[in-house]
Formats: sequence, C-alpha cells, structure tokens
Amino acid sequence: MSELLEAPAAPPDRVRPTRSWGAALGLLPFVGYLVVFLGGPLFFVISGALSTPEGQPTLDNLVASVTSPQYQAAFVSSLVLSAVTALVGAVFGAFLAQAVLTGRRDGPLQRIVSTASGVLAYFGGVPLAFAFIAALGQTGLATAFLRGVGVDLYGLGFRIDSLTGLGLTYVYFQVPLMVILITPALEGLLPQWREAAENLGASAWAYWRHVALPVLAPAFGGATLVLFGNAFAAYATALALTSGSIPLLPTAIASALSGNVLANQQNVGLALGFDMVVVIAVVMVGYLVLQRRAARWSAR
Amino acid sequence: MTSTADAPVATERGVAVEFRELRRSYGNTHALDGLSLALRPGELLALLGPSGCGKTTALRLLAGFDTPTSGEVLIGGRDVTGVPAAKRDTGMVFQAYSLFPTMTAAENVAFGLRMRKVGPAERKRRADELLQVVGLGERGGSYPHEMSGGQQQRVALARALAVSPSVLLLDEPLSALDARVRVQLRDEIRRVQLAEGITTLFVTHDQSEALAVADRVAVLNAGKLEQVGTPQEVYAHPATPFVAEFVGTTNHVPVADGRITPGGETRQVRPEGLAVGVPDGLAATVLTSTFLGPVTRLVLTTEVGELVVDATSRPGLPAIGDPTRSPWPRSDSRTQIQRLAGNGLRPPRESLE
Repeated sequence: MSELLEAPAAPPDRVRPTRSWGAALGLLPFVGYLVVFLGGPLFFVISGALSTPEGQPTLDNLVASVTSPQYQAAFVSSLVLSAVTALVGAVFGAFLAQAVLTGRRDGPLQRIVSTASGVLAYFGGVPLAFAFIAALGQTGLATAFLRGVGVDLYGLGFRIDSLTGLGLTYVYFQVPLMVILITPALEGLLPQWREAAENLGASAWAYWRHVALPVLAPAFGGATLVLFGNAFAAYATALALTSGSIPLLPTAIASALSGNVLANQQNVGLALGFDMVVVIAVVMVGYLVLQRRAARWSAR
Repeated sequence: MTSTADAPVATERGVAVEFRELRRSYGNTHALDGLSLALRPGELLALLGPSGCGKTTALRLLAGFDTPTSGEVLIGGRDVTGVPAAKRDTGMVFQAYSLFPTMTAAENVAFGLRMRKVGPAERKRRADELLQVVGLGERGGSYPHEMSGGQQQRVALARALAVSPSVLLLDEPLSALDARVRVQLRDEIRRVQLAEGITTLFVTHDQSEALAVADRVAVLNAGKLEQVGTPQEVYAHPATPFVAEFVGTTNHVPVADGRITPGGETRQVRPEGLAVGVPDGLAATVLTSTFLGPVTRLVLTTEVGELVVDATSRPGLPAIGDPTRSPWPRSDSRTQIQRLAGNGLRPPRESLE
C-alpha cells in the first residue's frame, strides 16, 4: 500500500499522448488526396508560371500577369465584384441570421432558413446563371412583372450580363453562405451579456455597439473573407452569365489557357492562376487570424 | 410561514425592497405563486430553495428582466413593476461568464459609468478604486479569459457596485467556482456588502452558503415562501417539514418517554442532537463514517432505520461495521430534547405538543 502511495504520479501536463502508427495510417487517404488534388495542381501552376513554353525558367509570365492592362482590368473587376458582393452578402446574411435567431429556437422558421441556406449557398454555376437570366434577363419573368407595374429595369440601364447583374447573382449565394457562417457566432452571444449591459443602463443600441459587435467582429470579418474568396474564385456563373464579356480573373485564366484570345499564353494563364492562389492564401491567413481571435472570446 | 426577529444590518445606503403578492406563470406552470417578501434597508437576504422553486424568477422580476403575471415590485417604496431594467438602479452579479469578453477588467467595471456619461478620468478612478476593494487592483488591464473564475466574479461584483446601485442582486454567483474559492469569495461578498451597506438579494440553492452569509434567509418551495428568518431561526426552528428537510440534515426518530423507541411518536432531530456510545442505548451498526474535521458523521443502521449522527472527532469512535450502543438523544428527558433541539432542531410545534 505504502509503495503505491509513494509511487510518483506523472503530472497531467507531462503525459504525452501515445503515437499510434495504425492511427497515422488512417490519415494516408487524406494525405494522398491532398497531394493529388492540391499539391499536384499547385506544383503544375507554379512551375508553369515560372517557365517559358519551352521549359526555360523565367519571371516574364508573372510580370505580364500583373502589368498587362487587360489582366489588370480583370484583377480590378474581380476584386471589386468580390469585395462588394462579400460586404453586401455579409451584412444581409448577418441581419437575416440574427432575425431568425430572434425567433423561437429550433422553430419552423429557423429550420427552414437553415436548410434553405445550406442548399442555396452551393446553388451556383450554370443553373444559377440560367435562373437569373430566366428571372431578370431582358425577357425574364421578374423583368416582365416589374415592367407591368411600371418599373422598366432595362430602361433604367440594368443588364443581367453587366457587373451589377453579376453582383446581384453572386449575392444570391453569398447571403445564405453568410447565414451558415455567422449563425454559430451569433448563437455564441450569451444572454447574460445583454442582461448585464441592460442592468448597467445600456440601451439596445449601446449593447450592440459596445458589447455584441466587438465580440462578433472577428467572426464577421472572417466570414466576410470567406465570402470574398468564394466570389473571387467563382467561374462558371460568371462565364455562363456574361460569356466572358466582363473581364474577370477566372475567365481571363480560362481564356489564356485555352488560347481563345491570344496564342501561346498558357504560361501567362498559369501565372494568373498563381496570382489567384496568392490572393486566396492571403484571404485564408486573414481568416485564420480572425478565427483565432474569435476563439479567444469564446474561450471563457 | 413564519416571520422573524430583527437582524443586525448595515444601513448606510440601503433601501427597502418589497415583493407584493408576486405571481409569474408560464402556461399552467406557476414559477411564483403569490410571493410576498420584504428586504430591510441594507440587509443581505438569501433566497434559498431547490432548483425550479422560483428563486431566480423572483430575482429576475426584481432586476426587470421579466414581467410578473400579477403583483408588484417596490424599490425604496416606489413601484417599479413596469420600469425597464436599465432604469431600476440595481446591480447584478450573474452565475458565471457575464463579463464582456472584449473589455479589460477595468473597462468592464467602468461600463455602467460609461453608459451614464461619466467622464473617462472619473470612470478610471472609480474602476481602480473598486478593483482595489475586491482585491484585484493589479489586474485592471487583464481580459476575462486571462483571469480565473473567482477573479472574474470579483470583477463582476466590482462592476455591479460601480454604478452605486440601490440594490445588489446576486444570482448564484458562487456556484461555478471550486470549494475553496467559493468560501473566499462568499466572505468577500459579505465584507463588501457590509462596507457598502447596500440592500442585497442573494439567490442560492446552497444552504450552507445562505446560512453563512445572510442576515436573513427566505426559503422558497414550488413558488411559495416557506419561511423567512435569521439563519439560526431557520436552522433551529423550521416552520415546515420542507424547511426541516431542505436546511440541514434531519433524522426522523420515533420517541416515547424521551427515549428512541420503535413505534413512538416521530420527532425530527439534527445529527448533532444524537450521541453514540450510550451504555443502554439502541443497538446500532456503523454503516459509513465520514471525517469532517471537528466532527465525524456516522450513518448507523438500527431497528428504527438509518440514522445520521455527528460525533465529536476523537479516538475510539466506532469504525465502519462496528456494533455500538445508541443512537440516543443526548438526553432522555423530553425537556432536554427540546433544549437540545435549540442547538440543532426544534421539531415542528405540532409534533412537540
């Protein structure tokens, strides 16, 4: 008995988890997936961006991808479109999520919005483009209805294949994605924070301004970055809706790779792809930083 | 319900608080069923009861977070039943995790003053002063996630006091803390409350906490007030069987001619009202023995059922499995049972007479 008592017990913080090679083997399919579908294409893009069609190393492709006026225009359009639709989607999505949460927990409205968001957030590409053409094209149903009530969208300068029309289409999947992303953060706002603020004399606005919004800011910022990345990389919707008439980075990459506009631009196209990877990487780093900050507030 | 004798209280800043025939129903469930209760200026009253008895509902009605189905809430003689929480002049400490996570301790304490448009310099002075009062003068720049649970609750107490409220509301403020910190903070709350002289409602389900900290204890059961009195009165003179069971440990002992006798009239006796080792006592066997420091709690099996006895810790106490004589009322006379009950429990009046 005394031997048992005297036996030193390892302090909890010095206990190391045992490594199991069997468990590590279980990761192999995932690692294989990453190598084949992420590492391989990335290597192909980077090596192609840094070499001539003959395989000689060069920086000319990267230089051309950021100095050529047509690619600069594509960059600017993509950045503006992504930023605007991310912000609009984030604001509307956050309001919608909060409105739903204000209702009864797990009530019908909450379940319907949650399910619809899960579906609509991934309803992109060609089907979405055609849905919008059918609704808001020159002969679309919504366009005809609005014309019937005295609002002539096209008379006011609207076009579905314009940057505005494209932005409107993007918002359609940005808002539900924001609802999915921001709902957990909104649910993390503790009721006692509101009550404590109220008890200390804060109005509803003061509570949101001084307590809730600072808590939500990292999560909101992170979700907005995800929305930005989501729009920045969108390709099929833009192509189907505009047929490449609006210069955007994904369609510019496609044109360069397929040689639609100029021949022998494949390596410049890969350099544009590399530029896009850099932008998305910056977005992801920003997202991770904000997520860490958001987690700090919730590590009560 | 029994009301009580006067209790010594500080009255520097305190105001009277009153619940008048307060009812709160949720559908067919009555969380509060006609609660009438008055807090004297400057006293600390503990609202004690099991989960779901309505104590938190009463506190929330006083804070203004909920509206009664009927009845009135008065603070300082003024009916505040319809007054919004932000204008009730109460300070509240929640069960846990109520500090604003993006603000430092000092900013949390100063928040109420900021809402009252107090200038930055005065806010800082008051926040520093109150953090000193709760023993956290050096932690003003710390964020909640950098502090322990006990420290966070101290900051929450300072925050509630910063606005100099008329009434302090404590909603189970110690329940999320470990035992040692709980006792420390409990004493701290009492010290600060006495120093400030502020009328305080302390909601808890922990009877030892309520008895230790309060001027008076109000016991609530199923939305109704069972008894209100000083801790000594509630412990020694429970007004109802519920209070006798809920506050402290109670033995139901059959007594005839002043002795424990099977088939005798059932009396309620506290564990400290029984003794072991009495030569001609009832035969018993020790089922469990728990050392509690000054006393050892023995659970005995006897022919009248299991009995709990608190014996002074000393060498020679019977161990688990030992036969012993007793339990036995510390005296076998009826008069002395009553006297002993004064040290522990006086049974409900009807069972004595």
